[in-house]
Amino acid sequence: MNFFYHFGRYLMMLRLMLRKPENGRMYWEETVRQMSSIGLGSVGIVAFVAVFMGGVSAVQTVYQLVAPYISLTVVGSIVTNSSILELGPSITSLVLAGKIGSNIASELGYMRSSEQIDALEIMGVNPVSYLVGPKVVACLTMIPLLVITSISMSILGGMVICQLTGLITFDQFIEGARSTFLPYDVFFAMCKAVTFAFFISSVSAYHGYHVQGGALEVGRASTKAVVYCCVLILLGDYILAQLLL
Amino acid sequence: MISLQGISKKFGDKSVLDDIHATFLPGKVNMVIGASGSGKSVLMKTMVGLVKPDAGRLFYKDLELGEMDGDQRNELRQKIGMLFQSAALFDSLTVLDNLLFPLRMFRPASKAAMQERVAYCLERVGLAGTEMLFPSELSGGMKKRVGIARAIVLEPQFLFCDEPNSGLDPKTSIRIDHLIQDITNEYQITTIVNTHDMNSVLECGDHIVFLYKGRKTWEGDRQLILKSDNEPLNELVYATRFLQQFRQKSG
Repeated sequence: MNFFYHFGRYLMMLRLMLRKPENGRMYWEETVRQMSSIGLGSVGIVAFVAVFMGGVSAVQTVYQLVAPYISLTVVGSIVTNSSILELGPSITSLVLAGKIGSNIASELGYMRSSEQIDALEIMGVNPVSYLVGPKVVACLTMIPLLVITSISMSILGGMVICQLTGLITFDQFIEGARSTFLPYDVFFAMCKAVTFAFFISSVSAYHGYHVQGGALEVGRASTKAVVYCCVLILLGDYILAQLLL
Repeated sequence: MISLQGISKKFGDKSVLDDIHATFLPGKVNMVIGASGSGKSVLMKTMVGLVKPDAGRLFYKDLELGEMDGDQRNELRQKIGMLFQSAALFDSLTVLDNLLFPLRMFRPASKAAMQERVAYCLERVGLAGTEMLFPSELSGGMKKRVGIARAIVLEPQFLFCDEPNSGLDPKTSIRIDHLIQDITNEYQITTIVNTHDMNSVLECGDHIVFLYKGRKTWEGDRQLILKSDNEPLNELVYATRFLQQFRQKSG
């Protein structure tokens, strides 16, 4: 019963989010502000994680697959494919669930507990539409871009590590990467990125928006938001893989 | 004018408001008083539409709140100003942006015209020159005054103040009370103040409604409140031993 209560309330929040804005320009400004905060604010951590993800995956591939009868170019192929299909979209989304998800939940939770959301409502502003809408739009546009950044940095990281440690050369890595590259894999990665972006923004916003209480509850909502986002990302990852691959 | 007719509200089995009837007139500081937990805040939230009553009708002039559609309700809300207990200023915005927010959202005009209106409102509450400060840089009393400035920036017809004196020293409290009283008289708006601060009540309570355990048990003004024979009300008015002794001596 509890699940249906929360799911129904979540759907009602999404419905309210789609109402016509009171002032389009103010909503657009808020969306741009959120895009900047979510997108630019996460590039550093996404690139850092991706470079090491690519590097480690290259080293481990070499460790597991080196044999006289296996071509070294396979390292480039495996690092590239795993970056596009899994590491880029899924691991990046899990990292972003922690960073952006907790940020959204705690921001909205604090606004709720300090009566700022009530103040908006009494002014005649639809608080769901004004506070949640721009965050969802910003995530839907910026997270796919962050995933593309992550995929690129992961491949680059693998390539650089291979070259620096003398495992294989740039040319061998690129040859392997190109040999098995499919544009459909990028489409699949983008489908995952958009789906996960929606989970991260809407689920976190739901938990933050419905906080009741003070600082302790805001903290709890933030933790819950991250946990639910991670579970949904992993579940969605499996379902999308089954459906699209 | 705001009129309440038989407003009732329950949370679970607990009755928080029970058959409240009252009329709040414009140009007067209407006060809802009562001990903590008496239902004042729920009544105020019901009046501004944040809480839906289980029974009863609530009229703004001739329009019933429960029968308004979304557009009518939004239109009404632009005529409502509210000062929250915590002031509820937007932390990430400066004082200037806090006041510009409702103007830009609902009455966009030239930048100069909007800034002129903001400057007037800040001047009105005695906070000229604080435009570029953030809420975290303001004292409790200043936050309340910025809250009042934001509440009046759209020239409301109804002003709600939830515990405007909480956490303030007596001098600042009286200053806030006078500000609310002056604004009410100047704009002839319907002002409703939730409080249990007896200094405020005796200073500017033109019309007082006393709530006790969710029921309205007394109604009057600041002259009558000192002569009331309502025991729960007297326990609130003469809360200190000093005042109780004073009351006994003066008969």
